[in-house]
Amino acid sequence: MQRRYRYYYKPLIFIACLVPALGCLGGILASSGLRVPGFNLGVDPVRFVLDNLGKTALNLLLITLLITPLRQLTGNANLTRVRRMLGLFVFTYALLHFIVYVGVFQALSAHAIIEDIVKRPFITMGFTALLMLLPLAITSTNKMMRRLGRRWQTLHRLIYVIPMLVTLHFWKMLKSGYREPLLYASMFALLLGWRLWRRYGRTLQAAPTSRCALPRVQEKA
Amino acid sequence: MNAMRYAIDIPPSQITPESVFHSRRTLLAAALAEGLLAAAPRAARAAADSTPATPALSFTPNPRYSVQDKPNTYDEITHYNNYYEFGTGKTDPAEHAGLLRIKPWNVQISGEAEKTGSFTLEDILKPHALEERIYRLRCVEAWSMVIPWVGFPLADLLKRFNPTSKAKFVEFTTALPGARSDALPWPYVEGLRIDEAMHPLSIMVVGLYGHELPKQNGAPLRTMAPWKYGFKNGKSIVRIRFTESQPRTTWNIAAPNEYGFYANVNPEVDHPRWSQATERRIGGSFFASRQRTLMFNGYADQVASLYQGMDLRRNY
Repeated sequence: MQRRYRYYYKPLIFIACLVPALGCLGGILASSGLRVPGFNLGVDPVRFVLDNLGKTALNLLLITLLITPLRQLTGNANLTRVRRMLGLFVFTYALLHFIVYVGVFQALSAHAIIEDIVKRPFITMGFTALLMLLPLAITSTNKMMRRLGRRWQTLHRLIYVIPMLVTLHFWKMLKSGYREPLLYASMFALLLGWRLWRRYGRTLQAAPTSRCALPRVQEKA
Repeated sequence: MNAMRYAIDIPPSQITPESVFHSRRTLLAAALAEGLLAAAPRAARAAADSTPATPALSFTPNPRYSVQDKPNTYDEITHYNNYYEFGTGKTDPAEHAGLLRIKPWNVQISGEAEKTGSFTLEDILKPHALEERIYRLRCVEAWSMVIPWVGFPLADLLKRFNPTSKAKFVEFTTALPGARSDALPWPYVEGLRIDEAMHPLSIMVVGLYGHELPKQNGAPLRTMAPWKYGFKNGKSIVRIRFTESQPRTTWNIAAPNEYGFYANVNPEVDHPRWSQATERRIGGSFFASRQRTLMFNGYADQVASLYQGMDLRRNY
């Protein structure tokens, strides 16, 4: 039963993850003059595709980081099986976002691209995040996991740095306002905070000398 | 008891329309899908959006002040707007500018001029013959369009109020529509030096593509100085004030290191977060290359003399 369940939910999530990319592709074809009914990226398809790919990478990163807490809360070990796939989609969308930025938005102007990466901190941060995702994607195979052993886990802690970089990348890109990036920042903080609490908070509470565990009992009395 | 009071206090604008209420599940699902997948492409817009729905104007074309570039389509010009009072998305103004009431419309004239007071839109427009000018528009965000505006020289209007010798600047204030985003401190205020405002290229715009301006483009009255970044041009103007000192303008207040008072299009002075050397012409193919941004947006021959001796890196 378990196995059969697993048999179809993974392909389903795979297909769901492809939807934004296929939407962009349909829109690009439509904006290039092909008749693709139902697809319209609006007046500025370049900006739409660029933003959409970046936002999808951000959303998928959020979902990827949600998997472990969700498993811990529900005890459903199956969840972990999709984590690698989601992580690889984060990398794929971040890479597509970068490719569209380089090839379309900046139209392959090496001068403009290098100037952006060196001179504009929000682009430097986005680029750094992409560079950090790269080794994670490369070492995502079972073989690499075995080969790296304990070091694999250490390396993959990079995934906790990336949300900070990409949230700032998003925030500083906006001409004004901060609501949406603040929302992302708080969700990431929650997900990382959960992990910190699991790791350190509970041991503190469990220890008999803990200062936070004892008074709470007294308060109740 | 309480319920009764609330029922009376709710303004009609706050009540959810029945159609929206009935489709709330669809809307919620759509919002959720958008949140998860950053929105698959939206449905095609109605064909009605691509032709002007506002009344036609009578005007004469002015080729002397028109560029040869191919104008953007009506649909592009009216569905890619920065009018932050209605939201920061480019299609937000097209969706929400209906909130703005433009009839009746009054403009307050104040400050360093002999004739001040409140004028109706009809008073403002009556003496002016309308002309069409095809201008380039360069946004500070490094995209550009070509737009057939209908209007009249701003100088002709300003002179009617007999500005005094103390009038060194002109300040334009935008209306406050019913619902506003909190993206900037409102109301939106922009300003020009008096010689910039009196320059023959500066116009007061009332129309687009031969028809009255749609609300998202700044109906019923907006300024256009085509050698400056788009944000320098106030939309839906309700107040014109002649001042002796330089007006405090909205974007300059919000981010003084990024948006100066002059905001002349200048490929050599970058925005701190992006280059201004090139621009993306809206409406090109997906793989179109960027084009070089021209000094003063290509109007250097006409306006460069206004800034002689000024350091344009400092006065950006």
